Amino acid sequence: MKKHLLSVHDLSMDDVETLFATAAEMHDVQHRQVKKLPALRGRTVINLFFEDSTRTRSSFEIAGKWLSADTINITGKGSSASKGESLRDTVLTICAMGVDALVMRHSASGAALQVSQWVDAAVINAGDGTHEHPSQALLDAYTLQRYFEAKNLGPLEGKHVAIVGDLTHSRVFRSNVGLLTKLGARVTVVAPPTLMPSGVGPWSQDAGYATSYDLDEVLPTADAVMMLRVQKERMSGGFFPTGREYTVGYGLTRQRLSLLRQDVPILHPGPMNRGLEIAADAADAASSVVLDQVSAGVAVRMSILYHLLAGEGNEK
Amino acid sequence: MVPSGIEQQPDQQGPPSGTSGEDRPGRVVFDADEIARSLTRIGHEILERNRGAEDLVLLGVPSRGVPLAQRIAARIAAVEGVEVPVGSLDITFYRDDLRKNPARGPQHTEIPPVGIDGKTVVLVDDVLYSGRTVRAALDAMNDLGRPDVVRLAVLVDRGHRELPIRADHVGKNLPSARSERVMVRLAETDGYEEVRIAEGPSNVGRKGEQA
Repeated sequence: MKKHLLSVHDLSMDDVETLFATAAEMHDVQHRQVKKLPALRGRTVINLFFEDSTRTRSSFEIAGKWLSADTINITGKGSSASKGESLRDTVLTICAMGVDALVMRHSASGAALQVSQWVDAAVINAGDGTHEHPSQALLDAYTLQRYFEAKNLGPLEGKHVAIVGDLTHSRVFRSNVGLLTKLGARVTVVAPPTLMPSGVGPWSQDAGYATSYDLDEVLPTADAVMMLRVQKERMSGGFFPTGREYTVGYGLTRQRLSLLRQDVPILHPGPMNRGLEIAADAADAASSVVLDQVSAGVAVRMSILYHLLAGEGNEK
Repeated sequence: MVPSGIEQQPDQQGPPSGTSGEDRPGRVVFDADEIARSLTRIGHEILERNRGAEDLVLLGVPSRGVPLAQRIAARIAAVEGVEVPVGSLDITFYRDDLRKNPARGPQHTEIPPVGIDGKTVVLVDDVLYSGRTVRAALDAMNDLGRPDVVRLAVLVDRGHRELPIRADHVGKNLPSARSERVMVRLAETDGYEEVRIAEGPSNVGRKGEQA
């Protein structure tokens, strides 16, 4: 395993299998009375979040705490960054205190890679702009694997996964196509033309996934559906006329739910805009695995922290 | 998946299952029949010591401690007619040399549904060496519950303890030099059965490593 986790492309198949096997053991720890393992005793993990986050940050914090690491949260608001300190000075200052890992979220794509070149600590990318969010992709694939296994639906390999929504602004989509295609799943991404990333044509051919503008056509053959959040905070200008119009074309509505087989899992990385990209009927359906994703998130992040920090001698 | 105990790593260059073993290094000190007999004896000893099978729980340390625990439980069932709960207790997260190597993945921990609180837990492992695995196992158990009594059963005790730990039930005391390695092979994990001792080159059993 490499020293940093910046992109799903840093991971070999072996790495992914190791991470998932360890995550499965970590998952059992969640059900213990004493939720504590000593593996990272004496290690310090800083969550450095320049963008808002509830689940990713708390998930990494819980993961670190359950492994006995000391975890500290620093947010962009209320830190020296708001006084005008540069990113470089901020991370160098934090790392000078003696930190083993930086879990980082930043609005600029490539920020985590840049920081990894400045510091000695292991850097875990918890979202960089519209680029990547590798721990989310790992927990999504892990959730799907566990779901298919529990329902006796066979392996993730060969399954058809539809990723639907605001692709242009989505780092979750970018990490997910990378990982899911690596694991042998067939991916179709669906978005209105205005939210389809530019250059998706050659990229999708290269990476081996399909694109579509028609959700109703894709859903009947889907083995899993991942709805993405409409990221209003990243939108300047009109990507669609009204929310209502978006829902009619690309929301997972009650009507569209009937196009899906009963056992098709519904994923959403959260936070959900209920009534916009996902209807309450879909979010609360029996096949919705949204909360399984959250609990898997802790197990997968424990696994990531463990493999990056517990031992010594990971490759650079 | 990497096994947790250094003594327990499958021999990468080892022959396929069922071969005669002529080309394996060292000498066999314990064959399949002797392994079977000593497990039967350990089963009896556990029952005698516990005055029956009441409140017994067997926990094997992966990888080879688990099939050994299952076999001992089968012996106890044959003698006493009682199914003793068997589980596995992985110690990877509790090793004291975790930092010396790249992190290895854990193996499965499974505590029987009856739990270990108030029970007599018998830890089962293949080789007792430095005692560090047992120390780690005691720590791991601490996070899972509070047994009344903990006992230790091992197939082979090869000496060279580095901690004040001893076994209650021993299949065979095997005097060895630190430069030698002791390899336990079981049908469930390796396809053949024997305990073999060989000269190094030993990446196992160096001082400070666990077994």
